[in-house]
Amino acid sequence: MILPFFVIIPLGAAFLISLFGKKIKNFGDLLANLGTLSLLVFSLYSISKVFTNKILVYKVGGWMPPLGISMVLDGLSSFMLVTVNLVSFLVTIYSISYMEKYTDKYRFYTLFMLMLTGMNGIIITGDLFNLFVFLEIASIASYALVAFGTEAEELEASFKYAVMGSVASSFVLLGIALLYSYTSTLNMADISQVLSGRPAGMMVNFVAVLFLAGFGLKAALVPFHAWLPDAHPAAPAPISAMLSGVLIKVLGVYAIMRIFFNLIGINTVILAMLMFLGAVSMLMGVILALAQWDFKRLLAYHSISQIGYVILGIGLGTPLGILGGLFHLFNHSIFKSLLFLNSGAVDYSLGTRDLQKMGGLREKMPVTANTSLIASMSIAGIPPFNGFFSKLIIIFACIQANRFGYAFCAIAASILTLASFMKVQKYAFFGKLNPKWQNIKEVPWPMKLSMIALGVICVISALLIMPLFKPFLQSAANVLLLGNGYKDMVFGALK
Amino acid sequence: MIEYILCFILFCIGLYCVLRKRNIIKIVIGLGIVEYAVNLFFVLIGFRMHGRAPILAKDQTISNMVDPLPQALVLTSIVIGLAVTALIVAIAIRLYEKYGTFDITKIRRLRG
Repeated sequence: MILPFFVIIPLGAAFLISLFGKKIKNFGDLLANLGTLSLLVFSLYSISKVFTNKILVYKVGGWMPPLGISMVLDGLSSFMLVTVNLVSFLVTIYSISYMEKYTDKYRFYTLFMLMLTGMNGIIITGDLFNLFVFLEIASIASYALVAFGTEAEELEASFKYAVMGSVASSFVLLGIALLYSYTSTLNMADISQVLSGRPAGMMVNFVAVLFLAGFGLKAALVPFHAWLPDAHPAAPAPISAMLSGVLIKVLGVYAIMRIFFNLIGINTVILAMLMFLGAVSMLMGVILALAQWDFKRLLAYHSISQIGYVILGIGLGTPLGILGGLFHLFNHSIFKSLLFLNSGAVDYSLGTRDLQKMGGLREKMPVTANTSLIASMSIAGIPPFNGFFSKLIIIFACIQANRFGYAFCAIAASILTLASFMKVQKYAFFGKLNPKWQNIKEVPWPMKLSMIALGVICVISALLIMPLFKPFLQSAANVLLLGNGYKDMVFGALK
Repeated sequence: MIEYILCFILFCIGLYCVLRKRNIIKIVIGLGIVEYAVNLFFVLIGFRMHGRAPILAKDQTISNMVDPLPQALVLTSIVIGLAVTALIVAIAIRLYEKYGTFDITKIRRLRG
């Protein structure tokens, strides 16, 4: 069984790095990279496992699931695991050089691996309270990582993030408590079974609202987004890439998808609410991003906007919409982490994040400039890159579902995104070189390597909707389309 | 019923404290109150009137017992709460070193 390894590997690596990291030089670099590489291999292997077995259930400690804790690997889990571990592997390569400027690098790796434990745990678990525990592991590690530089701004951002995140976790825990009192079980499949046997009541609606507030805050949907533009830029660049690239998706979007589609059961009111929140986030995020001059802050606002696309696609509830939403989730995790790594590279060489002080960096930093051009074109939706296809599918899905207003919002947000990234390219990389930056150098090779790898993935992941690779996305979308059938799959696998 | 309402009021007091207070130490205390309210609610769910401890022994018939699962879950949740509180207090101390104040309205270097 490969399921427990997704939690054991990062947890064990975190433990070992915190013990020996200080004594042995480069131990943290080595173990973190090996750990994330093995996780990537395992998650790619899980794709083939899911194709043959459809669903895998692991009984922790040998207890049968309604009593004991279970781990479930299905199409959606496998899809999310590939996304998370691909980004985290490339980010750890990048951190080898980038984190040199901080002291206590091994502490960074410890917290990083703990955050990865939390995220993999959320994806793989089949138990609601276990999900909460992993959510808190990932959240606490990320609060500490945002404050890693311990400068005034970083501490302020981390405090804000920690307070809002803790309130969100309390909402989630209250929701779990109410759901437990109503169903007397914590296993996800079992909850779904109990709920489907009862008429819909006020209790389930109240729980749904609590979960939407709690996980919506973690996903930074618009009424709950205030912490993100502070927290994501304040963190070191590899962590910004992880936070914007995968953390908000796993803690927020994945949890919303799993709980609303597979547990509580979706209905038109929840779908309408998701679509509305998605559309509002999409427009608000991009409008706020237009006025930013801090490179990382601008990217953070774009994360809000792009999460809006994902939620809009999933909220449509049609097969095409869900497929587009999941595809955009994958694409966004690739190009947004690439953009944050680019901003980190600029920061590494120049020591500033202010776009107005840059200019003409293309001559001096060709790799950073070219990869950021690829990522900017992907996020703005220029044809050969992955962002174009996923946005196109979402817009088609809106039109297919007769939601012309939302389709218009999606197109408008895409045009504004393009405008915003033209500003980034013009001020940072094109134009005349600022004489102050005459002596800067391109970044070291590990940073270049991971940026180039992400840039290549930006181009080739457009192939994911081709018939050859489509089953990978389709099997993830099928889990959501299955809805309440999730419980039959899990109980069927147990027999 | 009255216990549940009191529990809910406690939750609201904590939330009010987080949202309205300006001193960051009071905000941390507010977070603690929110956590305690949720934990209390969780324990109340498992409570049965005149229930006994759920220990299975030979030749005993247990008719009315307290649900033990919420208590186990609350223990986990308390430990998580401790970790969060410790981290936030540590951040608050560092914030005081940097800004020289506990007033959240004066800790405003980030904007936009």
